[in-house]
Amino acid sequence: MKKHYQKAWLFVLPVLLLVAFNALIPMMTVVNYSVQETFGNNLFFWEGLGWFEKLLHSERFHAALGRQFLFTAIILAIEIPLGIIIALSMPRSGFWVPVCLVTMALPMLIPWNVVGAMWNIFTLPDIGLLGYLMNHTLGINYDMTQNTFAAWATIITMDVWHWTSLVVLLSYAGLVSIPDAYYQAAKIDGASNWAVFRYIQLPKMKQVLTIAILLRFMDSFNIYTEIFVLTGGGPGNATTLLSIDLVKIALGQFDLGPAAAMSLIYFAITLFVSWLFYTLMTKDDTN
Amino acid sequence: MRKRTLIPLIYILFLLLPIYWLVAMSFKTTGEILSGFSLFPQTWTFDNYRVIFTDPTWYWGYINSVIYVSLNTVISLIVALPAAYAFSRYRFLGDKQLFFWLLTNRMAPAAVFALPFFQLYSAVGLFDTHIAVALAHCLFNIPLAVWILEGFMGGVPKELDETAYVDGYSFPRFFTTIFLPSIKAGVGVAAFFCFMFSWVELLLAKTLTAVYAKPIAATMTKTASSAGYELGLLAAAGTLTIIPGAIVIYFVRNHIAKGFALGRV
Repeated sequence: MKKHYQKAWLFVLPVLLLVAFNALIPMMTVVNYSVQETFGNNLFFWEGLGWFEKLLHSERFHAALGRQFLFTAIILAIEIPLGIIIALSMPRSGFWVPVCLVTMALPMLIPWNVVGAMWNIFTLPDIGLLGYLMNHTLGINYDMTQNTFAAWATIITMDVWHWTSLVVLLSYAGLVSIPDAYYQAAKIDGASNWAVFRYIQLPKMKQVLTIAILLRFMDSFNIYTEIFVLTGGGPGNATTLLSIDLVKIALGQFDLGPAAAMSLIYFAITLFVSWLFYTLMTKDDTN
Repeated sequence: MRKRTLIPLIYILFLLLPIYWLVAMSFKTTGEILSGFSLFPQTWTFDNYRVIFTDPTWYWGYINSVIYVSLNTVISLIVALPAAYAFSRYRFLGDKQLFFWLLTNRMAPAAVFALPFFQLYSAVGLFDTHIAVALAHCLFNIPLAVWILEGFMGGVPKELDETAYVDGYSFPRFFTTIFLPSIKAGVGVAAFFCFMFSWVELLLAKTLTAVYAKPIAATMTKTASSAGYELGLLAAAGTLTIIPGAIVIYFVRNHIAKGFALGRV
């Protein structure tokens, strides 16, 4: 049992002040913009909920939101199972463990725009390794500036390359925390590999997998830099996900009102889905 | 058994291929890159690296990035340590709500905050300074640091605190001489994550700087768009951005799995 101690507030005060400065003031700015119209020169007019209404009926927003959900769904469907499989087949001890872990973590430490630039160089049709192999060795026409499917395949492969390791490392951390006695008991009972996975490994990984799914959801839902550098949202609008569309509206067209309304809806969706995931995955614990 | 070790091997190969290509590209001349495909650099050149190490706009990009990333790591840890201690040891009014609210900031899309951040930091006169980027990155790094540290602190038995108080330790002395050493790994991991997320973030860093504090990543985007297509130079700059990450990861290599699980296994 934790002690009740109201003075503990003093301990969290610095954190509260710093995060509030960064979160509340910009958030109020966004709320402020979202209900006003401006024609420049710092002149603002009351717009009420007009922007929200227009946005919710805007086809452009629906399309971007649809692409965003599709992207995130594909990412989760590939990275979570793949990460678990890789973690299961990794050695549990020995010299190779730190080598594996460090190499796997490397992609996550590369600045996001460099990730985009790296994949751009890697996939250039005549110069890049992948682009050359596809076009000249395998004879598959591959050019993501022209072909929507190629562009999607590339951004998904890039994200799998970038972030699957997060799932691997989390699952691995869960796996190594399982005592050997569990496996011995399973062996005595003659449990199959699947049974060991289903009734020993998966339950032990549940907590870390919850973290993995949440983090992968949030970050893939908010993805901007990598895709912006790699495809710029193209060809056409094919890979214009929510963040990219938002930056286009806010900083490209400088439509502050619509951009602010979109920001708030965007944030609300992220919060809601995260909350949904969290409640669903921790439901059994409370019962 | 052999089939099992094949999977991580293939995965690691897949991870290394694009990195290899970037590094190989950085040693090629522009002429060789544009003339066609070659698996290895035919004529090795260090010109791309020479440009970066002699041109101040390039190497200052690295120095700027390192300055604000270090500042951010220090600030985040200093404020997150007492907060994480409070969350792990005490119950107080609104503690759960506060903890959750902190985490929601980790979910905020950076694109949402880009413009308001620009206005906020311009208004307080910090635009284009290292401290502005360092403070802005606190938005997502402080919640993360609190989360990780709270996880590691939860693993330290409360009896440690009580014994220390009985022995007559004051709180500051207990915290710095007994408690901190016992969560050394957690502090290292938290520092690693702050470094990592501040190092890889570009959108906010780019929005909040113009000349004096411009990060290396922003210098790279300028090159890609303005100076034609200097792929070799771009590749060399990219290669150099991988090195700091590789260095810091070496220090936490033994705690990395537990660290990614935020201390919660």
